[in-house]
Amino acid sequence: MTRRLTLAVAVALAAAGPALSETLPEAVQFERGAVAASLTGMPGDPEAGVKVMTTNALGNCVACHLVSALPDVPFPGDIGPALDGAASRYSEAQLRGIIANSKHTFEGSFMPAFYKTEGYIRPGNAYTGKAATEPLPPILTAAQIEDVLAFVLTLKD
Amino acid sequence: MQCKSKTAAVLAPVLTLAALALPGHANPVDDQLVIEGENGPVEIVTEAPAPDHLKGVLETIYSGWRFRNDETRALERDDFDNPGMVFVDRGRDKWNAPIGAKGESCASCHGGPEAFKGLRAVTPRVDEKTGALMTMENYIDACLTQRMGLESWNWTSTDMSDMLALISMQSRGMAVNVAIDGPAAPYWEKGKEIYYTRYGQLEMACANCHEQYFGHMIRADHLSQGQTNGFPVYRLKDAGLLSAQKRFVGCVRDTRAETFKPNSPEFKALELYVASRGNGLSVEGVSVRH
Ligand code: HEC
Ligand code: HEC
Ligand code: HEC
Repeated sequence: MTRRLTLAVAVALAAAGPALSETLPEAVQFERGAVAASLTGMPGDPEAGVKVMTTNALGNCVACHLVSALPDVPFPGDIGPALDGAASRYSEAQLRGIIANSKHTFEGSFMPAFYKTEGYIRPGNAYTGKAATEPLPPILTAAQIEDVLAFVLTLKD
Repeated sequence: MQCKSKTAAVLAPVLTLAALALPGHANPVDDQLVIEGENGPVEIVTEAPAPDHLKGVLETIYSGWRFRNDETRALERDDFDNPGMVFVDRGRDKWNAPIGAKGESCASCHGGPEAFKGLRAVTPRVDEKTGALMTMENYIDACLTQRMGLESWNWTSTDMSDMLALISMQSRGMAVNVAIDGPAAPYWEKGKEIYYTRYGQLEMACANCHEQYFGHMIRADHLSQGQTNGFPVYRLKDAGLLSAQKRFVGCVRDTRAETFKPNSPEFKALELYVASRGNGLSVEGVSVRH
C-alpha cells in the first residue's frame, strides 16, 4: 500500500528539522501492537498527562477506567479495567501502542484510537455533529500521548 | 478490524488479561414501576424477555428507567411529580385549538386523542395505504400539511413534542410491538446496520454502549440499553421533552461523528429498529430521565 511512501515522507520530514521530529500518526510503526520509539523523541510530562487523562475533550481515560492514584476524579467509569498496575502488566512500548491505537492490541476494542487521522465513518468536527474532512487532527497530539504514557508508567503494582 | 492477523495470535496473554474485564451486563436497579395517573395506577413492564430477533445477543430487555437513580425514578411514579405532564396538557390545548387554515382542530376530525390509543406502541410502521415508513411525527405532519393547510412544525419543536406526549400517553402501559417483517423488513435491516456501525472519530456504534456495555458506568452515566419505550422523555438536564430522534442526534454527536438529521431516512429506519429491540416493554407515556 502507500505505507512505505508515507514513511519515506515522514522520514524526510523528520530529517528536515527538530520541530518536525514528531512521528506522524500514519507513520507510527506498530509491532504486535507495541510502539518502541517515542513519538516526540522526548520523555513526556506525567503531570500534563493527568490533565489529558481527566479532560473530557482530550483523553478522558477516566470515563472508562478507574485510576486509584487519582482519587479526586469524580465518577470514574468501569468500562475498561482499572489502570492500577498497568505498567507492571505491559512494557513501555506496549503501553505507547495501546494509548496511540489500542485496536492493534485489542482487536475491535471499544477504546478510541487517540493517534489516528483517517479511515472513519462519517467523521465529525469534534463534538459539533457537523461533518469534517479527513485527515482529522488526531484526538491527542504526539506530545500528549507521551505525557499520558509518562503518567501511566508510574502505575506499578 | 485492522491488523487482525498480527494481533490475534501474538497477544493471546494480553487478551486473557482483558477477558477478566469483559462486560458483565451488570446491575439495572431491581425495582418495579406502577404509575399513579389521573385514571388510577398503571403497571409498567420495565423488564421483559428479549424479542426473538435478539436471541443470542440479549436475554432480557430493560427500560432505561431501571438504570436511573432513586430520585429520578421516583419522579415517574406519580404524574403529579412528573415534570413532563405539563407538556401533555399543552398538547391537549393544541389538539383542541382551531389552528387549521379553515379553523379546523385535530379534534374536529379525530374527536378526542383517545382515538389514537395503541398507535404509539406500533410506530414507526409502514403505512398500509401509502407504503411509506411513518413515525408519529410523520403522521402529525401529514395532517398539518395535507389536511389543515399549515406549514410543517419543526421536527424538534415544542409543538411537535407536546403533541407526541399527548398521543403517547394514550398508549401508556401497552406493550411496544412494532412490526419488523413484510414491508417493514428492508427498513428494519437498514436500521440494524446503522445500529452496529461504528461512527465518528471515536468509532462507536449504538451497540457498543447500549448492548456490549449497558449496566456499566461511562463516567457519571449509567449506561442503559438505549430503549425508546419511554419516549418522549422529560430530560432533567434539558428541562424539556426529547423525542427519540433528538436523543439519537446527541448520542451520535458524542462519538465525534457527523449526525443524521431528524426525519432523515437513516434515523427513521434506526428508530424502527431500536423500537423493535424494545418489543415487549411498556410504553411509559412521558418518562423522566436525567
Ligand atoms: C471509551 C472507553 C475507553 C476510553 C475513553 C479509554 N479506554 Fe483504555 N480501555 C478500554 C477498554 C474497554 C479496555 C480493555 C480492552 C478491550 O477489551 O478492548 C481498555 C484497555 C486499556 C489498557 C490496558 C489495560 C489492561 O490492564 O489490560 C490501558 C493501559 C488503557 N486502556 C489506557 C487508556 C488510556 C491511557 C486512556 C486515555 C488516553 C484510555 N485507556 C481511554 C476503554 C477505554
Ligand atoms: C381534516 C381532517 C383532519 C384534521 C384536521 C387532522 N387530521 Fe389527522 N388524520 C386525518 C385522516 C383522514 C387520517 C387518516 C386516517 C386513516 O388513514 O385511517 C389522519 C390520520 C392521523 C394520524 C394517524 C392515525 C392512524 O391510526 O394511522 C395521526 C397520528 C393524526 N392524524 C394526527 C393528527 C393531529 C395531531 C392533528 C392536529 C394537528 C390532526 N391529525 C388533524 C384527518 C385529519
Ligand atoms: C458513547 C456511548 C454511547 C453511544 C455510542 C450511544 N449512546 Fe445512547 N446513550 C448514551 C448515554 C450515556 C445515555 C444516557 C444514559 C442511558 O440511558 O444509557 C444514552 C441514552 C440513550 C437513549 C435514551 C434511553 C432512555 O431510556 O432514556 C437512547 C434511546 C439511546 N441512547 C439511543 C442510542 C442510539 C440509537 C445510538 C446509536 C446511534 C446510541 N444511543 C449511541 C451513550 C451512548
